[in-house]
Amino acid sequence: MSDETMSDETMSDGTVSDETTRLDVRKTYKLFIGGKFPRSESGRSYPVSAPGGATANAAMASRKDARDAVVAARAAFAGWSGATAYNRGQVLYRVAELMEGRGAQFVDEVAAGEGLDRAAAGAVVDAAIDRWVWYAGWTDKVSQVAGSANQVAGPYFNFSVPEPTGVVAVLAPQSSSLLGLVSVVAPAIATGSTVVVLASEAAPLPAVTLAEVLATSDVPGGVVNVLTGRTAEVAPWLASHMDVNAIDLAGVDAGPAATDLEVAAADNLKRVLRPTGGGAGADWVQVPDLTRLLAHLEIKTVWHPLGV
Amino acid sequence: MTTRHDLADVTRSEASLRRFLHGLAGVDQVGADARAAMLSTRSIKTSAKAYAIDLAISMIDLTTLEGQDTPGKVRALCAKAMRPDPTDSSTPQVAAICVYSDMVATAAAELKGRGVHLASVATAFPSGRASLPVKLTDTRDAVAAGADEIDMVIDRGAFLAGNLMRVHDEIVAVKAACGSAHLKVILETGELATYDNVRRASWLAMLAGADFIKTSTGKIAPAATLPVTLVMLEAVRDFRAATGRQVGVKPAGGIRTTKDAIKYLVLVNETVGPDWLSPDWFRLGASSVLNDLLMQRTKMTTGRYGGPDYVTLD
Amino acid sequence: MTQPSNAFDYAPAPESRAVVAIKSSYGLFIDGAFVDTIDGRTFKTISPATEEVLAEVTEAGAADIDRAVAAARAAYAGSWGRMAPRERGKYLFRVARILQERGRELAVLETLDNGKPIRESRDVDIPLVAAWFFHYAGWADKLDHAGHGPSPRPLGVAAQVIPWNFPLLMLAWKVAPALACGNTVVLKPAETTPLTALLFAEICQQADLPPGVVNIVTGAGETGRVLVEHPGVDKVAFTGSTEVGKMIARSTAGTNKKVTLELGGKAANIVFDDAPVDQAVEGIVNGIFFNQGHVCCAGSRLLVQENVYDEVLDSLKRRLGTLRLGDPMDKNTDIGAINSAEQLARVRELADIGDAEGAERWSPPCKLPDKGYWFPPTLFTGVTQAHRIAREEIFGPVLSVLTFRTPTEAVEKANNTPYGLSAGVWTDKGSRILWMADRLRAGVVWANTFNRFDPASPFGGYKESGFGREGGRHGLEAYLDV
Repeated sequence: MSDETMSDETMSDGTVSDETTRLDVRKTYKLFIGGKFPRSESGRSYPVSAPGGATANAAMASRKDARDAVVAARAAFAGWSGATAYNRGQVLYRVAELMEGRGAQFVDEVAAGEGLDRAAAGAVVDAAIDRWVWYAGWTDKVSQVAGSANQVAGPYFNFSVPEPTGVVAVLAPQSSSLLGLVSVVAPAIATGSTVVVLASEAAPLPAVTLAEVLATSDVPGGVVNVLTGRTAEVAPWLASHMDVNAIDLAGVDAGPAATDLEVAAADNLKRVLRPTGGGAGADWVQVPDLTRLLAHLEIKTVWHPLGV
Repeated sequence: MTTRHDLADVTRSEASLRRFLHGLAGVDQVGADARAAMLSTRSIKTSAKAYAIDLAISMIDLTTLEGQDTPGKVRALCAKAMRPDPTDSSTPQVAAICVYSDMVATAAAELKGRGVHLASVATAFPSGRASLPVKLTDTRDAVAAGADEIDMVIDRGAFLAGNLMRVHDEIVAVKAACGSAHLKVILETGELATYDNVRRASWLAMLAGADFIKTSTGKIAPAATLPVTLVMLEAVRDFRAATGRQVGVKPAGGIRTTKDAIKYLVLVNETVGPDWLSPDWFRLGASSVLNDLLMQRTKMTTGRYGGPDYVTLD
Repeated sequence: MTQPSNAFDYAPAPESRAVVAIKSSYGLFIDGAFVDTIDGRTFKTISPATEEVLAEVTEAGAADIDRAVAAARAAYAGSWGRMAPRERGKYLFRVARILQERGRELAVLETLDNGKPIRESRDVDIPLVAAWFFHYAGWADKLDHAGHGPSPRPLGVAAQVIPWNFPLLMLAWKVAPALACGNTVVLKPAETTPLTALLFAEICQQADLPPGVVNIVTGAGETGRVLVEHPGVDKVAFTGSTEVGKMIARSTAGTNKKVTLELGGKAANIVFDDAPVDQAVEGIVNGIFFNQGHVCCAGSRLLVQENVYDEVLDSLKRRLGTLRLGDPMDKNTDIGAINSAEQLARVRELADIGDAEGAERWSPPCKLPDKGYWFPPTLFTGVTQAHRIAREEIFGPVLSVLTFRTPTEAVEKANNTPYGLSAGVWTDKGSRILWMADRLRAGVVWANTFNRFDPASPFGGYKESGFGREGGRHGLEAYLDV
């Protein structure tokens, strides 16, 4: 916050026309790491379309920002994965509640970023809110769907339970800047993993506003960390990071770049969600199947003898 | 259950001591936590609250255990102990002052004949990592300087390594070095990690002659907690039933508010009963809680909330 | 300060009644509105702790039931039936939130009407009510994943009859899964505890739930019978006595109504010699004295391994001496009032039979209030399987203590009952817990705990404790056409 006073904010839309006109107070779009909103440690930013035809300067995250975000996500993992599923469900539902209240802002940013009219952007925002509700309902049910009691041949009680995999790096969809983003972040945190997400490169503003929603919901700091910047620059650092357990490649097109990321991910055998269906033509509107919900889970099987 | 006659042989050997301590009933962590949590919902109001506040003040071991302690700091604390609220002479004194052994002489000069006990930590507090002769010298020095209570730490390393007799014998030796001073044995429950260990260490300390068992040094997190104190209260209750000897309990560290303090009193009241509801048998190792108790006490008499400017610092 | 030293007497700490406004009289909640009865009568609901009249409520008649079932049918055929499951779920989330927001109001009303301690209604009943709606809200659009086949269909109109021991919680157990699955409901709360159900009706209004989805008809046994036997209902869900459960099973025979029954119990709470004794004692207390023992799954038979009998009984008696019986609105009360004069008579009768059969009765010193319905926490020792107090559900704060020698004997005695709702096992040995759980013929087995409930955890009985499960994925089956 202290650097606010030092920044040299200029008015891009010229002078105030008369005494009765009020000048908008514009927002600075920052990163979201460990529950705080830093600018990039690199000091860089890049211009993106903002509401009202304005241009905003989004923070351009560096590899060090990515590193810090992974540290924050790891630190948050024990608490978040240790929270009860009921509690996580309530927290995710709270996100939906707060998004609803910020609806107009999301509509403006989605419209500006994705080039939609307000009605179409409104439908996207509504769907994004409902997506949180969908995953809020999954938190305490996934083990009844993905877990089992196993009838082994012997005097043992044997059961399998799903557990969160850990820190998940997410390359958010490029074209669906809000609904796509929610559709890849929510399933990971619903089951208890923590996330470092790289927002849509060209339309990162809804991601930053979502971060502001997360910061004022009951989501603990570090559970979701939002980076904005160049996918090609930051993604390889996330893919090769040895303290990341899984990576969702929704935000890159299938091809050599995606293959390179998958190769880098092999260094510590990250679980990889390939970019199939994550590109420009992806249908994020449809009710999701369980792919992403189950992708970030490990199955743990426990054996215990039965005897007096 | 343990009966009086079979305790004599318990400390005969490492094997018998181990057999005994591991034969104690286990503690289910979830159940103990739930019991403590339920008791912490008790709502203590009006006359009961007034009673509890004064009782809590009278049970405080007002403590300073810092590298930066000076005679001036210790004298100030002694003044506070004897007259917690200079504006209200009905305020009880605290039970004791608790300081490092090199500060005992200073404190003793202040407290002489004023009815406040003088406790000293000893035995290479807080880690306990020193040879036995060093620990005994530490203890004797404190007693010689005027301490009438010694707060020793057990050798947690030895306990966790399974050298139970070593822990036992050390307590016995320190007890002997105490002479007439009361011995409080600090288990440092945060390092023992399990409630089963807390119960075993409680019995071990009592078998070795502890007058009090105390949760923590305050230097390790977690310090005192309600469920740990519950387990220790159950141990002193069962020990008295088995031996006829009553042992006191002192939670220390992390008790900061009146609400915290009252929760401990409720725990005592409903676990071991009124026999332990006196400074002779229950202490609160704390410092900042005193001012909160004083502010709440003022609130009860004036009907309005106070602020930190209206209670004395140290 | 004026008290003698060492006496820590808790001053009264009454919860405020001001948080809830009770109307002088209530109609029936049908088709989204409170309406007057067509052919019914009125009766009074009282506070069992004081015998104070709280309100006048309606005893619905057959014409009222017709009207309620018709409203439920119309909603099922209309707005609710056509609604996207996701939106249905969002209604339930909305209800869950309002239940949380108005939690204290509901807790106070529950305690006034039922007589249970405010600590329990505040810390157990109402939080679970909200949790139940929250859990099932999430299922509404996930039924495809529940293991009941693709696109499972709801049943239609559900007739739900619930008991007085957990009035609002039993409503939640019934209404939340029914609505999540797409059914509409007509619910009859118990005669002695209708008020929180009527406040729930107001919450449905506040949530803008479409009219007719939830209908609340108050009344006694006859109202319940008419509702259950109404030809317009597709589903009957009942929680209550085994006797009434059997009547319902007979009356629905030969119909297409799907039936689930959650009935009585006589649970064994089995304590082995290696149990964590202090927690086991807490579990025994919680097992039988929680909610004055008005719990179908109460651990009403204590089976103690004979070699630790004295130790366990001594500890148990000492602990009972600390129970605080009295004003349910006092935040420090552990044991509240018996729910009704009728129930008190039943408890007394069975306790007297215990005396007559030669069991030894013990209660801690305990002053009972002058007004209201009260029974002290009581245990009977010297009880055997042949005693009626070891076989019949007392549904009150009365514990029968038996002994056993071996795990096999414990299982045999635990299972030697027509009931099979729940059981408790206390031991430090994990493999023995699972061995016991494997052999106990009961729908819920609690190990080193007792009386735990969670919306994600299925609950229900074996044998004469009923059939069907409530809670979790399994609880959906009761409300789906599968």
